[in-house]
Amino acid sequence: MSAGHQGHALPGWVTAAAAVGTGFVLLPLAAMVLRIDWPRFVPLVTSDSSLAALGLSLRTSAVSTLLCVVLGVPMALALARDTVPGQRLLRPLVLLPLVLPPVVGGIALLYTFGRRGLLGQSLDLLGVQVAFSTAAVVIAQTFVAMPFLVVSLEGTLRTSGQRFEAVAATLGARPGTVLSRVTLPLVLPGLVSGAMLSFARALGEFGATLTFAGSLQGSTRTLPLEIYLQRETDPDAAVALSLVLVAVAVGVVGVAHGRRGGSARLRTLLSWSRAGAPR
Amino acid sequence: MTGRRARAAAAAVAAGLLAGLLSACSPAAGQAGEPSRTVTVFAAASLKKTFTELAHRFETAHPGTSVKLSFAGSSELAAQLNEGAPADVFASADQANMAKVEASAGVEGKPVVFASNVLTIAVPPANPAHVTSLADLARPGTKVVVCASQVPCGAAARTVERAAGVALHPVSEELSVTDVLGKVSSGEADAGLVYVTDTKAAGGTVRSVSFDASSAARNLYPIAALRSSADKALAAEFVALVAGAEGRKVLGDAGFGAP
Amino acid sequence: MSLQVSFVDDARGTDLQLDVADSETVAVLGPNGAGKSTLLNVIAGLHRPASGSGRLDGETLFDLGDRARTWVPAQDRRVGLLSQDALLFPHLSVLENVAFGPRSAGAGRSEARRRASHWLEQVEALDLAGRRPGQLSGGQAQRIAVARALAAEPRLLLLDEPLAALDQSAAPLVRRLLKRVLEGRPSVIVTHDVMDALVLADRIVVVEGGRVVEQGTTDAVLERPRSRFAAGMAGLNLLHGRITDVGLAAGSGTVSGSIDATAAAGDDGVAVFRPADVAVYTQAPAGSPRNTFHVTVTDVEPHGDQLRVRAGDLAADVTPAAAAELELAPGTPAVFVVKAAAVTIYPGKPAH
Repeated sequence: MSAGHQGHALPGWVTAAAAVGTGFVLLPLAAMVLRIDWPRFVPLVTSDSSLAALGLSLRTSAVSTLLCVVLGVPMALALARDTVPGQRLLRPLVLLPLVLPPVVGGIALLYTFGRRGLLGQSLDLLGVQVAFSTAAVVIAQTFVAMPFLVVSLEGTLRTSGQRFEAVAATLGARPGTVLSRVTLPLVLPGLVSGAMLSFARALGEFGATLTFAGSLQGSTRTLPLEIYLQRETDPDAAVALSLVLVAVAVGVVGVAHGRRGGSARLRTLLSWSRAGAPR
Repeated sequence: MTGRRARAAAAAVAAGLLAGLLSACSPAAGQAGEPSRTVTVFAAASLKKTFTELAHRFETAHPGTSVKLSFAGSSELAAQLNEGAPADVFASADQANMAKVEASAGVEGKPVVFASNVLTIAVPPANPAHVTSLADLARPGTKVVVCASQVPCGAAARTVERAAGVALHPVSEELSVTDVLGKVSSGEADAGLVYVTDTKAAGGTVRSVSFDASSAARNLYPIAALRSSADKALAAEFVALVAGAEGRKVLGDAGFGAP
Repeated sequence: MSLQVSFVDDARGTDLQLDVADSETVAVLGPNGAGKSTLLNVIAGLHRPASGSGRLDGETLFDLGDRARTWVPAQDRRVGLLSQDALLFPHLSVLENVAFGPRSAGAGRSEARRRASHWLEQVEALDLAGRRPGQLSGGQAQRIAVARALAAEPRLLLLDEPLAALDQSAAPLVRRLLKRVLEGRPSVIVTHDVMDALVLADRIVVVEGGRVVEQGTTDAVLERPRSRFAAGMAGLNLLHGRITDVGLAAGSGTVSGSIDATAAAGDDGVAVFRPADVAVYTQAPAGSPRNTFHVTVTDVEPHGDQLRVRAGDLAADVTPAAAAELELAPGTPAVFVVKAAAVTIYPGKPAH
């Protein structure tokens, strides 16, 4: 849209529709900010329960994002390289948490890891009880957030193509070397943005956590649950906390982008990916 | 030419979508043979079954009228009403939220208490922790879930704890009665504190274990016609039905106590 | 023999054989989709054919058949591949790109850099060592790609249209570089360009429709092409037919010409003549026995200081003045006439 960028001018109606869309997203945010009771803002967001919820949310979301990367990167690689038998069937199933209502996701997790669940019974015998623990929060967040990483990374892997990997193989690189020195560095921007999406999704996760993990200050009551609860008695506090949630999400994504811009290596990579593959 | 036609078609599609969206948003639009009078009732979620039944009886007794029901948590309904949501009657699960509506949106006359509800212990059908009293819930290792103190069922739980002299250490303080019931019926928790009516409504998925101290926290349900009602006479008639003998009978069957 | 490869690939309808001698450069020529890239990918280990076998320096590269199931992966073949696109790793510096092969082979960081510097020097690009691929021109990038391929010390080098993506100013420089580095090194170069074959290759293999249709030394193939593709590349007219006592029975009539001593009547053969020897008329002339072809002009294009008149598979060179007088344009009927003395007839199999 800005004149500084090269490229074709957009038809007027696209710009107009984009403006409407932007307004649709930003207006509710503005409406929320307008309702904030500023004199009480600081006491509201620094109360014990608020800080406990914020701290818990940040910790669990960080761990969930890590789990998403550890489990999601291999999944994305396998899906993007068409190495999985029956993957036409598998892909939509793996991405199921994207469309599943989070509450249903929570119920499904309950049936899996719960006391009487598929795995829960065996875990119970081993003395591991997931229900009502912080681990349950992490499981719920990972479950709903992982597809974001997988989808984002798989897309990047598919567009980055396999020609560089083929060249690396002809130069004598083993598959492990190709992965660590060629494939992953090439898709790093996609991996970073996928991880950010996952973090944001984990941070906002509500339904699955509520259904699966419960709600207890300091161990399972994350910020979204705290916001929902505060709303019962003090809508002002709920709105104030929501603003904190938004600020944290924006901050994390901003920091990630800032760091990305700061690295010369990645900047080159981005400029290359913007210009398209060398022909 | 084709470009213009395509654009016109796109505009028509967009307009159609918009119209569909708007009509979907306003429930009154586009229905043929619409009854001449309508009463909109905002009622606490715990009243869903009983009020659906009462609304049906009301429509039968008043041909040509229609009752529109909206169920949610009392605080949510109160917030909606105070933000200007159009309704004729408000039935709350507690007096605090009714007071909020009285103070802001305003009601006709005084709210009438039409039912009461007390807590009970919900346990899974097999009762694996062998819970028979409130004191059993304080045993170490027993997984108890209650409502958070910010929601009415949680406030009631604190009251009965104090009255019975029992200190509970819940593994979770849920956001609603539904969440407590879910944890109990799935077997994740050994017991939970919910209302008598909730265990009745849950059918066979949980069992109810009553306890003496429950009377310490009797929850009262007030109902009132709203000042903003467009048909105050009809609203008053619905309130009368709920608060009258017929209402008493239906509510009693569902486990609600007398006011 | 350095390389012997033979394979069948059902999916692509390919059935190819190729041998490359020690220190020989073989040019593989053919139209698009003929199977040239498939050939290179099979040798490099990037595409697995349905069946066949390949050996390099006496070691098996692959052996696939009813029972045989040998497939050496690309990274273990030491077969270098240079593509049309340089495909330098965009996140690595030029030096790191060239050091990639030695590093993969287990060399330490400093040793790999030393070898990379050596090869950068060989391609006269040492001054580019610190650059990122995004900061290179096409010709520079391709030179670095050559260094990178050679730094991995391949036993065989495959080149897939290495000059096709370069602009006309960069191509000759890279061609000279390739001429120098391919000297004495077994290599296979796939190309469209007769210039590449002339400058770089010892031998030519022509592939059409997934099969080898012709092969021989560069000179022999260009002087006496047996396939339409090779004839087109050498700028010659070529007709397929059957050799008779007086000429070549091709299509509706017989083409007269000087018949090669190796040709026997009844054999498949080709008749070849230069476009410059074709005269163009609007009506068939009377006179000495000459070959006449009634054609419709399909194209007229400049060719040196003359004009090349194309009519289907045949071409004739005329002066611009003659073309104007004859009013030659696409769609015009014309008569191509060539003297029997200008036509050479020798054995050659018809193209499939």
